[in-house]
Amino acid sequence: MEAIRNHTGFIYPLNRDNVDTDQIIPKQFLKRIERTGFGKFLFYNWRFDEKGNKRKDFSLNDPKYSRATILLTGHNFGCGSSREHAPWALLDYGFKVIIAPSFADIFYNNSLKNGILLIEMDERQIRSWMEKAERSQYHLQIDLEKQQIRDEENNIVRFNFPEEHKEKLLNGWDEIDLTLKLNDKIAAFEKAGGIIA
Amino acid sequence: MERPKTIIEKIWENHVVHREEGKQDLLYIDLHLIHEVTSPQAFEGLRINNRKVRRPDLTFATMDHNVPTINREVIHDEVAKKQLETLKKNCEEFGIQLADMFHPDQGIVHVIGPQLGLTQPGKTIVCGDSHTSTHGAFGAIAFGIGTSEVEHVLATQTIWQKKPKTLNVHVEGDLGPGVTAKDLILAIIAKFGVSFGQGYIIEYTGDAIRNLSMEGRMTVCNMSIEAGARAGLISPDEKTIEYLRGKRYVPKGEEFERVAEEWLALATDKGAVYDKTVTIQAEEIEPQVTWGTNPGMCVPISGRTPDLSKVENKDEVKRALKYMGLEENTPMTDIEIDHVFIGSCTNSRLTDLRKAAEIVRGRKVHPNIKRAIVVPGSWVVKTQAEKEGIDQIFKDAGFEWRDSGCSMCLGMNEDIVPPGGRCASTSNRNFEGRQGTGARTHLVSPEMAAAAAIAGHFVDVRKFQEVLQ
Repeated sequence: MEAIRNHTGFIYPLNRDNVDTDQIIPKQFLKRIERTGFGKFLFYNWRFDEKGNKRKDFSLNDPKYSRATILLTGHNFGCGSSREHAPWALLDYGFKVIIAPSFADIFYNNSLKNGILLIEMDERQIRSWMEKAERSQYHLQIDLEKQQIRDEENNIVRFNFPEEHKEKLLNGWDEIDLTLKLNDKIAAFEKAGGIIA
Repeated sequence: MERPKTIIEKIWENHVVHREEGKQDLLYIDLHLIHEVTSPQAFEGLRINNRKVRRPDLTFATMDHNVPTINREVIHDEVAKKQLETLKKNCEEFGIQLADMFHPDQGIVHVIGPQLGLTQPGKTIVCGDSHTSTHGAFGAIAFGIGTSEVEHVLATQTIWQKKPKTLNVHVEGDLGPGVTAKDLILAIIAKFGVSFGQGYIIEYTGDAIRNLSMEGRMTVCNMSIEAGARAGLISPDEKTIEYLRGKRYVPKGEEFERVAEEWLALATDKGAVYDKTVTIQAEEIEPQVTWGTNPGMCVPISGRTPDLSKVENKDEVKRALKYMGLEENTPMTDIEIDHVFIGSCTNSRLTDLRKAAEIVRGRKVHPNIKRAIVVPGSWVVKTQAEKEGIDQIFKDAGFEWRDSGCSMCLGMNEDIVPPGGRCASTSNRNFEGRQGTGARTHLVSPEMAAAAAIAGHFVDVRKFQEVLQ
């Protein structure tokens, strides 16, 4: 996993609640056995029509958002299936940061494990940035270390972030490596519980 | 005296391997179920880092998501075929027991766990599938994980988890005749919303829950994730014990009686406090039908699609109605369907098939129905149903009788609903494109799906006889 400390990028506003992982990456693309190359299938049924042409009525196809790396969206983003293909698709497409009032549980974990920065934020603040980004390109500067976002008007907005995830993201640590350092404790737990292979 | 505890706290505390203030707990995992779709990248990660599977003996694999349910020998989709072959290869390389497509134990992962007795009270169970919450019906903490976590569990047999809050969903009274476990969970989600469980593990309590069969309890716990919860469970009781007695992977003889005592002792203590409690009255629940594009967009069969002037989230409702090809204020019983799917980890067990068959017996699928399929949850379910003649009842009526798998619930194999098709489905998700690009899904119980198949439109199964006359 790549470390993430700071990120500056343009916003893509997706003003919908309950965006599920079936929308983020439809099931027909889950058969591949690789982790990479899912970006072109992101929001596939919203981005493309039956013939594979770009739909004009879906805003991600608007050239103004072609450089967007920060996704701003509604409540319960990533609900539904546990498919990690959803964060793989978002990351491969180019999104590094997602800001929403709330995230679905499994999606939240899956994203963090791939180094996507998920920020929970007050709905009013999100709406205000969304409106600006809907009018014209709008960028944010995000500093994970200081847990703050600077917008184009130089307003600084603080955000909460769980300490245990922060450390891992800032350092890009491999979680399995960290856990394997506790191998003795795992073995002791197995022995005490009689869970012997 | 020790403070009374919920079953959630008891199981959690029994599994903490490592705890540090302000950090997540490292939890031991008793059972790891895997399937072809969410595991290949995890095994690849192990290989790249030269790691082993720590406990192949606590890992069990099957093929369910993209297996064909007809003519299984020939898989036309090369990518799907490769994914299935990869699981086989990985299981051989890492020494994991696999029930492949042709194995008598094969089935939907959440059907076979309980059927084999791998699922047991007090266990922590994970699987790279969000409907892992199903196993909570036995009083286990069972939840879905992503592929990175699958890799972590394979390598360490543990997982980092924030201790969740506890939520009691209390169902008062009992369900009326013709109202099922599926209607109950749909009504709960309709009432409290698709994210009310976020950050919680749910315990379902109350007479209506106690009176459900184990299969009904699995249906309820299965859809906990559709309420946004990490997991959902039910404290074990005598029904749980009797269901598990004699299953292949549970202890035998006196040892079984001993563990049964331990299992019963896991039940939530009297006076235990939950972080939150919500209550619903069972008597008020009718058979349910979803009208929209998430499971919370659901009304009783006597209801109508929403009136746009009366809803707060107008944009969302409007978009959902448009996708579903429905007008506002339409009576649910006016909605005609052209596809029927009876199956999925929510409703593909023997009781589900028996109940649907009772409705279908001696009748014919409506001529407007282009396809009606029944997909048993496992080979064991299929074989047993055939012994009882259930397959013949469905076939005589015009249903197709298939081999087991996830099938049309998510349409990863060839079982899809075509664009614009409208399906009465016993599955768990009515998301856009779930059953096929442009497909429209209405979630219902097996009985309601069967009745809709005969009538050609949704009907109240409780009044089904009079509707037909």
